[in-house]
Amino acid sequence: MSANEPVDSQLPTIAQESPNREPGQDGTEVDPGRSRWSVAIREILNGSAMISVLAVILAIVIGGILIAVTDDTVQETAGYFFSRPGDMFSAIWNSVSGAYISLFQGSIYNFRRPGFANGIRPLMDTLTFATPLIVAGLGVALGFRAGLFNIGGRGQMLFGASAAGWVAFSFSGLPFPIHLIVAIVAGVAAGAVWGGIAGLLKATTGANEVITTIMLNYVAYYFVYWMLSTQGLLQLPGSNNPKSPAMLPSAVLPPMFGVQYSLHWGFIVAIAVTIFVWWLLNRSRLGFEFKAVGFNPNAARVAGINVPRMMTYVMLFSGALVGLAGVFQVLGTVTTGFSSGIDAGIGFDAITVALLGRSRPWGVFAAAILFGAFKAGGFAMQASQGIPVDIVLVVQSVIVLLIAAPPLVRAVFRLPKPNLLAPVKSAKSQGKKAVVTK
Amino acid sequence: MSSQTLHPSAGVALERTVVKNWKGPIALSIFAALSVLLFGVFARPGTSHFRLSTSTDFVQLPQLDVPTTLTGWILAIVTVLLAAWSVWIVSQSRRVPLWLTIGFAIVFMAGFLTWVAADALIPIPGLLIGAVSLSVPLIFGAMSGVISERSGVINIAIEGQLLFGAFASAVVASMTGSPWAGLVAAMVAGTLVSFALAAFAIKYIVDQIIVGVVLNVLVSGLTGFLYSKVLTENPGFLNTPPRFDRIDIPILGQIPIIGPVLFDQTIIVYFMYIVVAGVAYALFRTRWGLRTRSVGEHPQAADTVGIKVNLRRFWNVSLAGAIAGFGGAYFTLGSVGSFTKDMTAGAGFIALAAVIFGRWDPIRAMLAGLLFGFATNLQSVLGIIGSPVPSQFMLMLPYVVTIFAVAGLVGQSRPPANDGKPYIKS
Repeated sequence: MSANEPVDSQLPTIAQESPNREPGQDGTEVDPGRSRWSVAIREILNGSAMISVLAVILAIVIGGILIAVTDDTVQETAGYFFSRPGDMFSAIWNSVSGAYISLFQGSIYNFRRPGFANGIRPLMDTLTFATPLIVAGLGVALGFRAGLFNIGGRGQMLFGASAAGWVAFSFSGLPFPIHLIVAIVAGVAAGAVWGGIAGLLKATTGANEVITTIMLNYVAYYFVYWMLSTQGLLQLPGSNNPKSPAMLPSAVLPPMFGVQYSLHWGFIVAIAVTIFVWWLLNRSRLGFEFKAVGFNPNAARVAGINVPRMMTYVMLFSGALVGLAGVFQVLGTVTTGFSSGIDAGIGFDAITVALLGRSRPWGVFAAAILFGAFKAGGFAMQASQGIPVDIVLVVQSVIVLLIAAPPLVRAVFRLPKPNLLAPVKSAKSQGKKAVVTK
Repeated sequence: MSSQTLHPSAGVALERTVVKNWKGPIALSIFAALSVLLFGVFARPGTSHFRLSTSTDFVQLPQLDVPTTLTGWILAIVTVLLAAWSVWIVSQSRRVPLWLTIGFAIVFMAGFLTWVAADALIPIPGLLIGAVSLSVPLIFGAMSGVISERSGVINIAIEGQLLFGAFASAVVASMTGSPWAGLVAAMVAGTLVSFALAAFAIKYIVDQIIVGVVLNVLVSGLTGFLYSKVLTENPGFLNTPPRFDRIDIPILGQIPIIGPVLFDQTIIVYFMYIVVAGVAYALFRTRWGLRTRSVGEHPQAADTVGIKVNLRRFWNVSLAGAIAGFGGAYFTLGSVGSFTKDMTAGAGFIALAAVIFGRWDPIRAMLAGLLFGFATNLQSVLGIIGSPVPSQFMLMLPYVVTIFAVAGLVGQSRPPANDGKPYIKS
């Protein structure tokens, strides 16, 4: 390893410069007479916000093509396309617009329902779906920042949910806020322990965290399933189903805007956690050490950072955050008792959320809300239009892929290459980096 | 990371650096203690029955009946001796050989089966046949991962390649009525996923883990959507693929135990033998393999001697996709028979674990795949005969063993030096 270090440390710098440096057009001759407007337009067109918007548009178009191609009426009208092409176009329009209107109505605002209070309910659903995604996404993102890939979201969520659920249905004497807090703390601690195992194994034996977290998912699933089907542990007394009793009201996250909406106070907790993670990563010593380990573990070690300890801490934090997502599931979303499917795939969705949010706290927050909207809207679309909810996965993944590859988006929309701004931009980013590394 | 290996290059310190890795012996000792406790101290009374032959075998072996307690003690003592041997080997500052670990695992498993099978019958051929067939997609996936990662591209999209292969083979085989067409379609489908992976990872220099994870989601969404929207509407035409029949190789297929396990399988399994042997040979014995490993280990050096790094990576990743797609076809043409939503159920991730567990070596990765397949099948066999421990713990066992193995025996597995790093020619 040590022999490779000089090469390794050079590679990233090459990698960062080259995308902006196309051969032949180095962008060095900036025309001073070029109008300010064209520069401004180019800046907007090439900004990362613009790329994100275009990526979303492109993904929605691709989703629309899929919907149209598989639609029965479209296929029927395609049969006599040359005699009456209008039929096919109207069929395409009907199927695609119907799908996206129901997606919007299922996720943001439903105009068909009377009154604002009813119409806004889908937005509340969106935020409810987003709440566990936010914290789980933050957990995975924290791991990414330290160079660790936490695929163990499922196991950490299941353990978090089980611990919180057990406290919530069995500690019957406690009053409202204390019971809730104890349940949350128990769930977070259980998630942290489950994540921490992977971190500790990585730190002490070097076991690859990708393997251990995948394996721990299965272990957690079967362990929780066993607890749920054993009397005296998590199973509802007198029942044969692998399901827990309902949560006691004193441990349930109360609804934020009254009982007619599903949104609960977990959303506020999620916002607070986002602020905390932002502070942790950008303002605290510990977060700095996390990022240093993520940038270059060898350099971090030379700088006096205890790399194994940091790996354990990162996985503890990551597991705690993902465990909190499990807590939200049992104390907020499904309070009538949980089964072993309580994680609802959030542990894996969280990876995509973290990637879309580029592992930055507020980016993850926004990405989670977008995914929550897709989730809420996808179910509405499936119910009203008969379009399988899986289309949402396609749209989501295309968005993430395109955002990760700006040159592709630029090529599709024939946007100019950002060569003109390259010198300015790279200088800026280098300046920023210098501040960070100090 | 580099603290374990010291290079005596300074010229002054010429004494041999002694590296004693105690993780292996410690892990073996833990398992040995466990076996003494379980098979010896908490032994179950009765007789364990093992059926060794199937009815078509060349030589009919009699059913093996052994006293549970006595056999348990003997096997437990053997595990203790093997663990002690590994301690002695390490104290002589040598490495614990792979065959010792494998032998230990076999003895431990024999003891475990004896313990479980008290007053019950375990059909050994059935257990092993199921293990091989469950590990087929894992091994194909692992070969895909080995080729891709040896050439420097992390392949997390194995799951997607398997799933798309399964989907395409089911649809094409049903439409054409030929499983061979399905196989070709599966390879094309796996290659398509690989093209996407390679294009984003190599051309657009997107983080390879991101691309892999997202491609898995994309394929899951795409196949799930098409399955619910198209395949379920016309299952007779689109989702009833013909399956490959088992081919019993004459003579070889009649050898007791090994015969029905290895030589009475579908054509896909025979292809698997060829693929594993081919990858193992090609990777370490041919010019292609040398170049592939060189672009994964040190692309700059490879480029200097005239190897086109990115082009080679691109085609190797595509080849990896074709192999994984082939494995995906086993789900539909070999075992289940029709495509269902997310039918790979995480096999790609297990294959990825097998790659890392097998230290990016084709043969070891295959062994790891077989281990996972065996463990998965073990619990279903034990579920039938009824086991003394809750079935969930049996189901958990392979994963716990893997964690122990990765932490104790494999330790810090080191990927190809430039795995996951894009190569940009400067």
